[in-house]
Amino acid sequence: MSYNISEKGYYGEFGGAYIPEMLYPNVEELRQNYLKIMAEPSFQEEFHALLKDYVGRPTPLYFAKRLSEKYNTKIYLKREDLNHTGAHKINNTIGQILMAKRLGKNRIIAETGAGQHGVATATVCALMGIECIVYMGEIDIARQAPNVARMKMLGATVIPALSGSRTLKDATNEAIRDWINNPVDTHYIIGSVVGPHPYPDMVAKFQAVVSEEIKSQLLEKEGTENPDYLIACVGGGSNAAGTYYHYLDNEDVNIIAVEAAGLGVDSGESAATSVLGKEGIIHGSKTLLMQTNDGQITEPYSISAGLDYPGVGPMHANLYKTGRAEFIAITDKDAMTSGLELCKLEGIIPAIESSHALAVFEHKTFQPDDIVVLNLSGRGDKDLQNYIDYFKL
Amino acid sequence: MNRINKKLQEEKKLLSIYFTAGYPNIDDTVSTIKNLEESGVDMIEIGLPFSDPLADGPTIQASSTKALQNGMTSELLFEQLKDIRSSVSIPLIIMGYFNPMLQFGVEAFCKKCQEVGIDGLIIPDLPVDVYNDDYRAIFEKHGLINVFLITPQTSDERINYIDSVSNGFIYMVSSASTTGAKAGFGDAQTSYFERIANMKLKNPQIVGFGISNNDTFTQATKYAKGAIIGSAFVKHVTEHGVNSIHKFVDSIL
Ligand SMILES: Cc1ncc(COP(=O)(O)O)c(C=O)c1O
Repeated sequence: MSYNISEKGYYGEFGGAYIPEMLYPNVEELRQNYLKIMAEPSFQEEFHALLKDYVGRPTPLYFAKRLSEKYNTKIYLKREDLNHTGAHKINNTIGQILMAKRLGKNRIIAETGAGQHGVATATVCALMGIECIVYMGEIDIARQAPNVARMKMLGATVIPALSGSRTLKDATNEAIRDWINNPVDTHYIIGSVVGPHPYPDMVAKFQAVVSEEIKSQLLEKEGTENPDYLIACVGGGSNAAGTYYHYLDNEDVNIIAVEAAGLGVDSGESAATSVLGKEGIIHGSKTLLMQTNDGQITEPYSISAGLDYPGVGPMHANLYKTGRAEFIAITDKDAMTSGLELCKLEGIIPAIESSHALAVFEHKTFQPDDIVVLNLSGRGDKDLQNYIDYFKL
Repeated sequence: MNRINKKLQEEKKLLSIYFTAGYPNIDDTVSTIKNLEESGVDMIEIGLPFSDPLADGPTIQASSTKALQNGMTSELLFEQLKDIRSSVSIPLIIMGYFNPMLQFGVEAFCKKCQEVGIDGLIIPDLPVDVYNDDYRAIFEKHGLINVFLITPQTSDERINYIDSVSNGFIYMVSSASTTGAKAGFGDAQTSYFERIANMKLKNPQIVGFGISNNDTFTQATKYAKGAIIGSAFVKHVTEHGVNSIHKFVDSIL
């Protein structure tokens, strides 16, 4: 059994491209070309050169000694927080901007929730001198002022999404509507392993550099490519997909996916999509999503803006359904506590998304000789105000 | 014979109107349908509101949000429509997104449609292939016609494929856009309309998106069998209520 994408664009029963006909030519053009373009030596060369010299890859695989001592196991942190712009998101936007150029597109659109993907997109557009339009929910614009300012400084136009609940899902709707209205010159840089096929697979392949590096780095440090456990937080699922990618079909490696429980899975204020979601269609993908009995998509909640997406990528829906991955839901409170703990133990201020992954150590016991690799997907600079408010700093 | 097929055989150009069920008020669904038929409309698309209508512009988005706030659901819509065939005889089509139908159960949804007298469905985000492989048999078992969209960007090859899967009419989206009134049609539309007319498809075509008045209706139906008005109608009932529907229809025909 493979946990990778099928020829038709499905992970098990999840995935596909449930899109209006107006989007078909755009998505089909991408589907027919993405693998070919990614396989071109000149593409690979340019992609890897930018990842090295501009993004700062490879990111370290850091043995967290004091954290390991505390939890009596061997913990390695994959330092995606050290990437340019402060998170893994830029691995994908570098890949997609090169893709857009090869497809002859001269206008980029993107959606953003907290603004991390918007900043990563605005950054690569500035780098390439391409027009950039970022859709962001009106409510998020108010909540995430520093990232809005960053995008503007980078030359992007930020357009408020005024429809529906005026957050990430609506920003995504607006980006898709923009693409419907501009089918020829525009490329849509989606921010996670979500959306219609081929997006989940393309984004996973751009993020796969993470597990590619883990393999060689772990071999050097531990004499094996295989950790016992991989841990990553899951919003849409892109940093997790990158972490798991080269290990998906290697069942010696256990996979842990961490979702945001918000105030608690059963509190009504949660973003634990796999547990609370039902199968359905969101943003062109058949996957698990939070919805009413009538099939209306609902608003999730998490203290972490990067994890409150009502759906989850189809790869992860399949990992959940098949039991290949263990899904753990972490509350706001536990995440914040673990985030602060990392600051004190290792001198690293994590993004609140990543803090959810760190909280797994309080919920699950590992053996002393287990090798556990955790994707530290981003740094906490963007969350400073949240940490200040939460801990009354 | 399905009411849609019968209607398509009439000699005239057809006017179809889209409205959002449960809008402006939750109980307006049935009176809207009756008023539309009395005003001389040929066919009706009943919009089943969805929280995330990807293919729709601001007007229909807003009406959908309001209808959901009013309490509209698939179940309630079927309840409202249960006696509709005692008074209304023109073809009725439900237009909605796929997720609410999936949650209702596609087979159960189709069965309900047949029970209340719905003739067809338009589901913009149900791809032709998936329909053909997984759902066609269910639709046909319940006597439902599924209507597919084409756009100016759709290739001839794909249009021929869509024509082969269709058994009612083809919904010709007038330009690359979400729903909503444009200023009018230009050369690009005219050449698109001509291109499609020259393809001699087996299914008649009905043009939608951007039809808002007598002028655009006349232009579209010069080439096609009919035209569909959505946003402009929704805007009219927003401003004037469901009792002035005849005024809107008179201004088109
Ligand atoms: C630091 C960080 N981690 C994780 C995520 C969640 O996204 P994904 O699940 O696609 O990795 C985000 C999203 O904004 C993020 O900024």
